[in-house]
Amino acid sequence: MSAGHGDPSLAGPEPLIDAHAHFYHAAAGRADWEAVNAARFRAGERIGITYHVASVLGSYGFTSPTYFPSPADVMRGNDAMLAICAAEPDRVRMYVTVNPNYTDHALGEIDRCVARGAVGVKLLASRRADDPLLDPVASLAGERGLPVLHHIWQHRRREWPSQEISDGADLARLAVRHPRTTFILAHIGGGGDYMHTFPAVVDCPNILPDLSGSGVDRGMLDSAVAALGAERLLWGCDLTMCTGLAKLRALEHVGLSRDELSAIRWRNAVRVFPRKSFPHVEALEPAVAAR
Amino acid sequence: MTVDVDTFIGAYPFRHIPHPEPDVLVRVLDREEISEAWVGHLPSAFHRDPSQGNEELYAAVAPHSPRLRPVPIVRPDWPRWELAIADAVSAGAPAVRAYPTQWGLGPHDTPMRELAIATGEQGLALLLTVRFEDLRQRHTMDVAGDLSAAAVRALARAGSDVRLVVTAAGREMIEEVHWSLTAEEQQRVFWDISWIWGPPEDHLAKLFRSVGSGSFVFGSQWPLRLVQTPRANLDLLPDDIRGSALASARAISRAAARAD
Repeated sequence: MSAGHGDPSLAGPEPLIDAHAHFYHAAAGRADWEAVNAARFRAGERIGITYHVASVLGSYGFTSPTYFPSPADVMRGNDAMLAICAAEPDRVRMYVTVNPNYTDHALGEIDRCVARGAVGVKLLASRRADDPLLDPVASLAGERGLPVLHHIWQHRRREWPSQEISDGADLARLAVRHPRTTFILAHIGGGGDYMHTFPAVVDCPNILPDLSGSGVDRGMLDSAVAALGAERLLWGCDLTMCTGLAKLRALEHVGLSRDELSAIRWRNAVRVFPRKSFPHVEALEPAVAAR
Repeated sequence: MTVDVDTFIGAYPFRHIPHPEPDVLVRVLDREEISEAWVGHLPSAFHRDPSQGNEELYAAVAPHSPRLRPVPIVRPDWPRWELAIADAVSAGAPAVRAYPTQWGLGPHDTPMRELAIATGEQGLALLLTVRFEDLRQRHTMDVAGDLSAAAVRALARAGSDVRLVVTAAGREMIEEVHWSLTAEEQQRVFWDISWIWGPPEDHLAKLFRSVGSGSFVFGSQWPLRLVQTPRANLDLLPDDIRGSALASARAISRAAARAD
């Protein structure tokens, strides 16, 4: 992987999996959607991202709310994400987005998109994480070995507009009910108080927080590693790849071993996503080869 | 020569910050190949009277001069604030910090205008902070709110010697202020890049193309935020603007140039 023009990758030559990415599409209500997608690939090449594991969030508010996408927008978004995967098979993987308020539709979308290559499930903030309506989705994901990336507000102290937010404690209650399902707790840097999240999920080994988000508080990475260990953290960018690169560079200075850095960069992702999701890097992982 | 214009020492009242000490800052500057830092005193931003905090700041950074340059606070609605300006000049400060939202001063209050003019006359930059933390994580007692674009443009218009360094602003605020000023006024307002988004939204690239890279300075908001962030953002600029020159800290602050 190169940073472009023959430059070495800014994050070094080792594999790197972005476990939290998004792409846009023509029905997402913004004229510059192609430029934003191109910028993600441009920055990904420069950083040295081997795989972008991404989702499309319906119409991003254009024809139904971002966090409460209509079934039609869910399908339209997933179709767009499938098309991006088909066009970029060497570097893009897909979460299938679902709205758990429409159970049959959600389960059908998982079947439809997994059959075409989706490797995980994306849940937004359409229903509180511990609501029983999420159980069928979490069960099916567990049966298929699909991790569930759940949008999270780190410590919800009240309702916020335009989403039915959940925090680490809410997700932990769902994770306890589904111990065979892996949950990726979205963006510890994505807003709210991450110091609430770590103790809230520490006793749920099937919850792995991702490091993405625009937040780059000093102490956040150190605290995450201290509370949960490197084996439970996934690197990601979400909407700001500059902060993703900054966190990679900062991780070099928080006392991690090379193996622990590798775990956060890519090995944990290889472990929790279905086998053969990342063929470029799985050959490097002995545990996967032996599985 | 890279100068980080947006650093602090000292504790933050609303969360723990690891090692906000001057000797740690110097080690960070060494590691990140940053030549110099303009350093504020973080606890004093939340004090009514910043005088004692300024004394602590001067004493703390003096052993590390000129690598660390003090940026004391001057509160212009406090008696004898003009003496604090004189102290700043004597101490070789490149700028002074002000926190109008923490003090309850509005965009058009006379004291802030007088402070801007006084700093300009002394060749000091006036350094403003839009925010310390993301709105979504603030403590319930942290109710001051963000600095407004109206406050910045009012100060930019206060006089032709005024030089503003505005830290922790995002694209929307920068564009609002920039396009609400005359071309002459625009030349006297500088923005640190600590909170501006990079790819894929490419806010920094868009601002470099529209406002010009010469209106921006290197700033990290250490120890609140990762020092690696501004450089990562610059490294990820599109090829055609990567390496664009930022404003020189010396050009912004005549006081800094005098102290060299």
